[in-house]
Amino acid sequence: MIVVEDLHKHFGGFHAVDGASLEIRKGSITGLIGPNGAGKTTLFNVIAGRLPPTSGRVLMDGEDITGLTPHELFHKGLLRTFQIAHEFGSMTVRENLMMVPAQQHGETLWNTWFRRGAIAAQERALAKKADEVLEFLTISHLANQKASQISGGQKKLLELGRTMMVEAKIVFLDEVGAGVNRTLLNTIGDAIVRLNKERGYTFCVIEHDMDFIGRLCDPVIVMAEGKVLAQGSAAHIMENEAVIEAYLGRGLKNKTKAGATA
Amino acid sequence: MVDFLNAIVALLNYVIVPATSYGAQLALGALGVTLIYGILRFSNFAHGDTMAFGTAITILVTWLFQSWGIGFGPLPTALLALPFGIAVTALLLLGTDRVVYRFYRRQKAAPVILVIVSMGVMFIMNGLVRFVIGVQEQNFADGARFVITATQFRNLTGLDAGLAVRTSTVITVVTAVIVVAALFWFLNKTRSGKSMRAFSDNEDLALLSGINPERVVMITWLLVAALATTAGVLYGLDKSFKPFTYYQLLLPIFASAVVGGLGNPVGAILGGFVVAFSEVTFTYAWKKVLTYLLPTSLAPDSLVQLLSTDYKFAVSFAILVVVLLFKPTGLLKGKSV
Ligand SMILES: Nc1ncnc2c1ncn2[C@@H]1O[C@H](COP(=O)(O)OP(=O)(O)O)[C@@H](O)[C@H]1O
Ligand SMILES: [Mg+2]
Repeated sequence: MIVVEDLHKHFGGFHAVDGASLEIRKGSITGLIGPNGAGKTTLFNVIAGRLPPTSGRVLMDGEDITGLTPHELFHKGLLRTFQIAHEFGSMTVRENLMMVPAQQHGETLWNTWFRRGAIAAQERALAKKADEVLEFLTISHLANQKASQISGGQKKLLELGRTMMVEAKIVFLDEVGAGVNRTLLNTIGDAIVRLNKERGYTFCVIEHDMDFIGRLCDPVIVMAEGKVLAQGSAAHIMENEAVIEAYLGRGLKNKTKAGATA
Repeated sequence: MVDFLNAIVALLNYVIVPATSYGAQLALGALGVTLIYGILRFSNFAHGDTMAFGTAITILVTWLFQSWGIGFGPLPTALLALPFGIAVTALLLLGTDRVVYRFYRRQKAAPVILVIVSMGVMFIMNGLVRFVIGVQEQNFADGARFVITATQFRNLTGLDAGLAVRTSTVITVVTAVIVVAALFWFLNKTRSGKSMRAFSDNEDLALLSGINPERVVMITWLLVAALATTAGVLYGLDKSFKPFTYYQLLLPIFASAVVGGLGNPVGAILGGFVVAFSEVTFTYAWKKVLTYLLPTSLAPDSLVQLLSTDYKFAVSFAILVVVLLFKPTGLLKGKSV
């Protein structure tokens, strides 16, 4: 589905992504782990068109998508969420979702004046769809709240909800669980699995919670210092010496040890 | 008691009415600046000259109408010509975006680079305006000059102080209210307006949804053309048109946008009035009002003018500096400058 070939992203002399090559299979929920600063978010930013790569290529279904804008990638069904959730703060949660689908009638000035009926009908359909998504994510009660006022965890759900407003092919989730409580994390996990099974979404998930990764993801890719360190099933990865070392060096000792000895 | 009424009338006549009118003009100008800042993320130094260009075109069309004998009754013919001025300005802005700004947008140029680019555009528009209409002062207001003159007011009320209400003042305020209401309706209620707000709220996220950035940019320039031309024409009707004066308006307009919070439309309006009232208050000679209020023995001999009108831009500048020092995001929360 997605193939990354020898990707480099340098910030000045610093090599945030330093020759990463990896593949995300169609239909998989691929985990991407690695210590902080490993270059995971930067890799997402390059794949999703937010940053241009220094060198290397990104392919989607065999087609070179390197350097396309986020907007163009959106139209190809490639969506992403942010490590720190983003939202349109001045709008309600429902309106946030309704903004997502492209090519809405109301986006042109012509239609704004001359096709009010068509716009209204489409808006009603979108509102209904948004409400279904909110129900799926168990946050229906937030529909009319200002998006700037909901909690960080709820914003993460809203980000996931955004990907459900269109038919996505592949979704990149950056630290879905950051700042999210256990119950909410389970909700997110369930939603990911259901989207994967029912709507055929392929996922690539960055997450630090090893239980979460172990339960959802196969395969798991490990990054450290801008390179891909290892790749394999979750269980396999947690026993991998190099991986444990990468984490030990970064002080995530306890979590990894527990995982490794379990 | 009568003196108190006289003082109020004098205050209205010399301070409140002119400042309201000027404030509305600044607010419309600042709205354009703030929209560009919110969506395109740079301070557009060419805004004063955009206003001048729109006004110059409107004046040319006004003259054309006048030569055809078309008028607008008691209202100035320029109001009939305004839509044409807006349309031509829109074309100019869209053209500028196409050949200049889009290139830098694609490069993801830093805001400070865009600011410098806009200064280049400013110089070109500056020349263009002078080329089109010349450097001299133009008075293009026709129709009735006053809704009520000072003499009529005195005869009507029997007061000593007079209150003159000029047609241009009423037109300014009424037009500004209509334009602002339409703008807010557009931003809040229409899908196109919501796309703009989304872009202003969070550009990264807007780019990641189906919102077409180029369309949002286009709509922004169209709104800016309408706001800038309207602001320029209202200012010109009220005072007069001179390219250099419009270029100088940049300072109070930026002060207004910054005081209110750059990127915040409500702030731009508030800022416009704050700047206008400060400017008029500081440069008005208070002697007349005070003479009515104080007993004869205390009546001031001097003009009681805090600043000569030559220094009116110093007021905007001072406001700008104070706000940037103490509240960089403006009175209402804008994006940080
Ligand atoms: N825009 C940037 N400019 C300079 N350095 C950056 C930038 N973005 C990320 N980095 C650096 O790149 C490294 C990798 O960051 P990141 O991709 O966020 O890691 P991760 O998501 O794996 O924690 C970090 O050391 C970070 O400081
Ligand atoms: Mg990260």
